[in-house]
Amino acid sequence: MSVLVYTESENGKFKKAALEVVSYAKAVADQMGTTVTAVAINADDSASLGAYGASKVLAISNADLNTFNAKKHAAVIEAAAKQDGSSVVILSSSADSKYLAPLLAVGLEAGYVSNVVEAPSSTSPFTVKRTAFTNKAFANTEINTDVKVVGLSNNSFGLVESGGSASVEDFTPAIPDSGVNVASVDKATDKVTIADAEVVVSGGRGLKGPENWGLVEELADVLGAATACSKPVSDLGWRPHSEHVGQTGKPVASNLYIAIGISGAIQHLAGINASKVKVVVNTDPEAPFFKAADYGIVGDAFEVVPTLIEKLKAFKAQNA
Amino acid sequence: MKILVCISHVPDTTSKINFTDGDTKFDTNGVQFVINPNDEFGLTRAMWFKEKQGASVDVVNVGGAETEPTLRKALAIGADSAIRVNTEASDGYAVAKQLAKVVTEGAYDLVIAGRESIDYNGGMVPGMLAAMTGANFVTNCIDLEIDGTNAKATREIDGGKETVNTSLPLVIGGQKGLVEESDLRIPNMRGIMMARKKPLNVVEPSEANAETKAVSFEKPAPKGAVKLVDAGNIDELVNLLHNEAKVI
Repeated sequence: MSVLVYTESENGKFKKAALEVVSYAKAVADQMGTTVTAVAINADDSASLGAYGASKVLAISNADLNTFNAKKHAAVIEAAAKQDGSSVVILSSSADSKYLAPLLAVGLEAGYVSNVVEAPSSTSPFTVKRTAFTNKAFANTEINTDVKVVGLSNNSFGLVESGGSASVEDFTPAIPDSGVNVASVDKATDKVTIADAEVVVSGGRGLKGPENWGLVEELADVLGAATACSKPVSDLGWRPHSEHVGQTGKPVASNLYIAIGISGAIQHLAGINASKVKVVVNTDPEAPFFKAADYGIVGDAFEVVPTLIEKLKAFKAQNA
Repeated sequence: MKILVCISHVPDTTSKINFTDGDTKFDTNGVQFVINPNDEFGLTRAMWFKEKQGASVDVVNVGGAETEPTLRKALAIGADSAIRVNTEASDGYAVAKQLAKVVTEGAYDLVIAGRESIDYNGGMVPGMLAAMTGANFVTNCIDLEIDGTNAKATREIDGGKETVNTSLPLVIGGQKGLVEESDLRIPNMRGIMMARKKPLNVVEPSEANAETKAVSFEKPAPKGAVKLVDAGNIDELVNLLHNEAKVI
């Protein structure tokens, strides 16, 4: 009756979200008086998950799984959960994990709850808090099946090192055929993604044109942040749709969200509200974003942002 | 090609979100309901398949009679007929189970649902429906082409996009990108008149027990006022982010 956790990696290296879900799984396992088993696919250092609370890692090495395939990956996790007799399966909120989660839930006849933001308030009945109404509310939700699938909202729990160690077992489940085959992937490999980022720097129409995007990128660079944009900016074609955050774009749940020249339409705020600390820079003191932000500067982005970059560089040099 | 578009009946984005009955129920008082935006992108793409490739397009909702105006709107946009499964949408699993029966009985080739609804944001109905009916599945879909029984779909991934080859029967979790916002159609008078005469079939539910239950709701704690920092004193912002917010 272990707690099983799927740990995503890229080019062999665990993503931060993987370490976060293991940390969360450890908290759930402690509440239930059981242990954490991790599933790792083509990862280099599976034993390192021990530090975050995994007792055992089922390590799969299979070239067929180098490219993500929802059906195949779901089948691997399902097989692991069955072999390990897991009663709870924990996933992150990456695009891939959210893709496979419903397939896995049906395979395990498990109830599935996504966007969970806290450790369970009770394990019997199993009750978790999740966001709903596009971050305008929380729903305390019970899962009433024997096996439960929980999708943890990124950056909601954080990394917790518990200093344990994990045994690593080779795991060789059968991989089903899939009717969905990847033809091409178009992805910037040198950039932090919005889903993984702790800090997101986002630009709006206030930046006046795509030629000014260097400002956003430079600020993001200093902070190790992902870049994003508002809907009008992606509609105008200044930035690709994959950077559009908001209700119809990507959701953001970063620790710090910096909005440059974004007025804060309700659809935008709905998508970014899960971020913990919000900073807005806008010339218009009446912009609705000031009502949603923690910190605000009324000023011209073209003056404020270069100064902010300079000050952050100095801050980093001092605190390095 | 037979297309089924799943339509979720959701509060308009600008609605005030409140709860009643001791915070156990969503308060629909004064709330305007719309077609879930992610579903509307899919419906509009389906209309393209109807007009260019001769597909038929039905729409379906799992819900009570109060959702019928939303289905009528989908008919006014151009869907051929509507189905309402007459039961409360208790959780994502139960909804997927009801839809699976409709899909199987109707022998649909392509099902387009939104990647998630903007009310409960579960993001599970399309995937569960695909698993239950044995169809191929692509979510966060931003581009879809069908050629015979072959399909080419592009999905958004973290940091980019991925194009896949697949085939019918297929379930799509749709979103903006399938069509652009400027492609969305506002029903005209003729569409609205025709929609009144199009079939809206109410079917009784099959047995499907919910696996999850939202036992109570709460709203985020009210946020304090924004702290304004003078544009001439950026040091103060860096200081606040470091010492107070502790995010840098």
